Amino acid sequence: MSKTTTFKQVKDKAEKGYQDWLNSEPIRIIVGAGTCGRAAGADAVIATLMEELERRQIKADITRVGCIGLCYLEPLVDVVKQGKPRVSYGNVTPNSVSKIIDGYIVGDDPQSDMLLGTIGDQTLDGVARLFDSPVLKPQVRIATRNCGFVDPEDINQYIARGGYTGLDNALKMTPEQVIEEVSKSGLRGRGGGGAPTGWKWNMCRQAAGDKKYIICNADEGDPGAFMDRSVLESDPHTVLEGMLIGAYAMGATDGYIYCRAEYPQAITRLQQAIAQMEEYGLVGDNILDSGFNFHLKIKEGAGAFVCGEETALMMSIEGNRGMPRPRPPFPAQSGLWGYPSNINNVETWANVSAIMEKGGDWYGSYGTEKSKGTKTFALAGKVNCTGLIEVPMGTSLHEIVFDIGGGILDGKKFKAVQTGGPSGGFIPADQDYLTADYESLAAAGSIMGSGAMVVMDEETCAVDMARYFLTFTQSESCGKCVPCRVGTREMLGILTRVCAGNGVPEDIDRLSQLCETVKKGSLCGLGGTAPNPVLTSMKNFRNEYDAHINEGKCPSLACASLISFYVDPAKCKACMICARNCPNDAIKGGKKMIHVIDQDKCIKCGVCLEKCPAKFSAIVKLSGETLDVPDEPVAIGEA
Amino acid sequence: MADDVDVIRRGEILSGYSISRSNIIPILQAVQAEYGYLSKESIEAIAAYLHMSVSEVYGVSTFYAQFKFVPVGKKLIRLCRGTACHVRGVSRVLDEASKLLGIKDGETTEDMEYSLETIACFGSCALAPVMVVDQTVHGKVAPDEVKNILDKD
Repeated sequence: MSKTTTFKQVKDKAEKGYQDWLNSEPIRIIVGAGTCGRAAGADAVIATLMEELERRQIKADITRVGCIGLCYLEPLVDVVKQGKPRVSYGNVTPNSVSKIIDGYIVGDDPQSDMLLGTIGDQTLDGVARLFDSPVLKPQVRIATRNCGFVDPEDINQYIARGGYTGLDNALKMTPEQVIEEVSKSGLRGRGGGGAPTGWKWNMCRQAAGDKKYIICNADEGDPGAFMDRSVLESDPHTVLEGMLIGAYAMGATDGYIYCRAEYPQAITRLQQAIAQMEEYGLVGDNILDSGFNFHLKIKEGAGAFVCGEETALMMSIEGNRGMPRPRPPFPAQSGLWGYPSNINNVETWANVSAIMEKGGDWYGSYGTEKSKGTKTFALAGKVNCTGLIEVPMGTSLHEIVFDIGGGILDGKKFKAVQTGGPSGGFIPADQDYLTADYESLAAAGSIMGSGAMVVMDEETCAVDMARYFLTFTQSESCGKCVPCRVGTREMLGILTRVCAGNGVPEDIDRLSQLCETVKKGSLCGLGGTAPNPVLTSMKNFRNEYDAHINEGKCPSLACASLISFYVDPAKCKACMICARNCPNDAIKGGKKMIHVIDQDKCIKCGVCLEKCPAKFSAIVKLSGETLDVPDEPVAIGEA
Repeated sequence: MADDVDVIRRGEILSGYSISRSNIIPILQAVQAEYGYLSKESIEAIAAYLHMSVSEVYGVSTFYAQFKFVPVGKKLIRLCRGTACHVRGVSRVLDEASKLLGIKDGETTEDMEYSLETIACFGSCALAPVMVVDQTVHGKVAPDEVKNILDKD
């Protein structure tokens, strides 16, 4: 195809390719094979599927799609038979593949204990619709609209589902009109900062410069976050289309995608997608015969969290240590190699393509007054239905944790939800009426962040979590400015001491002062937000700090230095199971002899507690108190 | 002899990139992908190729967690220390792996078979705790499964 191609020609070609693929086989099998799916065993499921289909001489197409977001049900296998709706199965193993083939591929009975429901408008008698389930019903999928639905390696499927229509619409408008449309949508930066996208674009558009750059920030370094990975792996074109639209609006001719090296599948998908765009005349010179030129390169990150900060990211692209610099000048005025540059994150770009396809007013109809549209969250931690979710801004945390997340794992008590990763804070369970939007989370002392949402139960210690986040920020501090470099180290020192039971009452004041200094004095957002986990945990769980410091007690029974395990002599039945499983041979005992844990040898791993049969429940975990037990094993009944 | 082979191989990698400072990270990544780590000789060759000082190349490379300056084992065992993995008990999985291999986080076994390291987050949080053997991701790993995974891979 020549480079002077109109959108209609591209669309026709893609439609034909899509129809050919749809009609290629009577049965299509769709497997979720993103990094999550593969970690759950999707590769083995696909291998068995192929073997079984071959052995039974069944003709079927197997498509690997990205992630629909139901990570807790992975691996997911969907079956589409001609004229029937897509039927979805979850927690599929190589051993259970035959059941699906016998039941629904050879036979016509979709029922199975793995059956999740049907997908799409069509229905099957007696089968629920998957998107009516409590997990999916409250969700509105815009940035993730194609995730799990398109083959990420096939541009035709993206175009057939409306892809690149937004670009075509944009190219028919003036750049100023495109910025106006994006402003109208109310879209704000989804990397966490929340700056209005249209405003940021306009600043770059207005900046003088004979060359301009746009950058996609895919350096998703927040521990606990995987929204960007999921979107890039599942639907790379939605992000790339957004970048093209932005480049046109701002007058940029070159773009970079800065993607962290820990996401190899995302990088491969981007490379494939860019190659297909070249083939279709969607990137390069004279895109869609419009006279608009845009060139795109991928830069792999090398493992530095601070490179998520925009000035540090640009330093890294230029080949330097990724250290941030003061703003102003803002990247829009002087960015990459001194040229006006714009950086948006993956999810922002993914929303842009949808906004230009369906309009700013449509997008702005979701969300709250100040936080428009939807937001993706990586829902993880101690919650039943872990996964990637996308909800309208303003959805309550309670709804996210209990309706979508299915409540707390193992029926434990909900303690807090942590948003924004190491830059965010803890929101205690009694404030779960708060809503997920920029204003409401900031008012609670946390931040929206890029979308990490880690749920904590009663066994998660707030002090230990603050220490965990400081371990991260301290090791990721680039060292350029003193408040962050020295302050995070001091804060970590105090928190480590408190968790080890060596805290002193003055530590609380010292921590508060350090938090203020680091927050106000740091050069970039890494240091500026690093105190948030400490501040919010001190505010909401002050009693836990006090218990650690004053009583040498960890109320959540989590901090290893402050807990002890004992065998309750009244309950021990001398079965030897705990002793055999103890990794450090710390349990003494014998036949008909009550077991005793040698406290000096115990490494507090908790294996004994897990292994002790539930009918005995003889292992006790305590903090700040002791259990009266014999020093040496004694015969049952004598203790 | 081995040195000559290295010089030629390194030269081939370098010649794939234009002489521009912005290529330093891609070059460091390509060299490490070939050798598993960045030797002093490699750093010197890269510096000469990019017309940078050796200390500047060290300066850039030591900033990023990805780069290693000592040889690593044949198998790389990585454990995720992300928030979700922390909450779901990855430290016990790390203890177990450490005990089985006889090395600590960041170390390599004497026979150069295994290296053990932790990384910030793999982004597979829904499957926490996560353990990665070379490129194979294992999700929901319980401490007592570590031995099986190490034996199998």
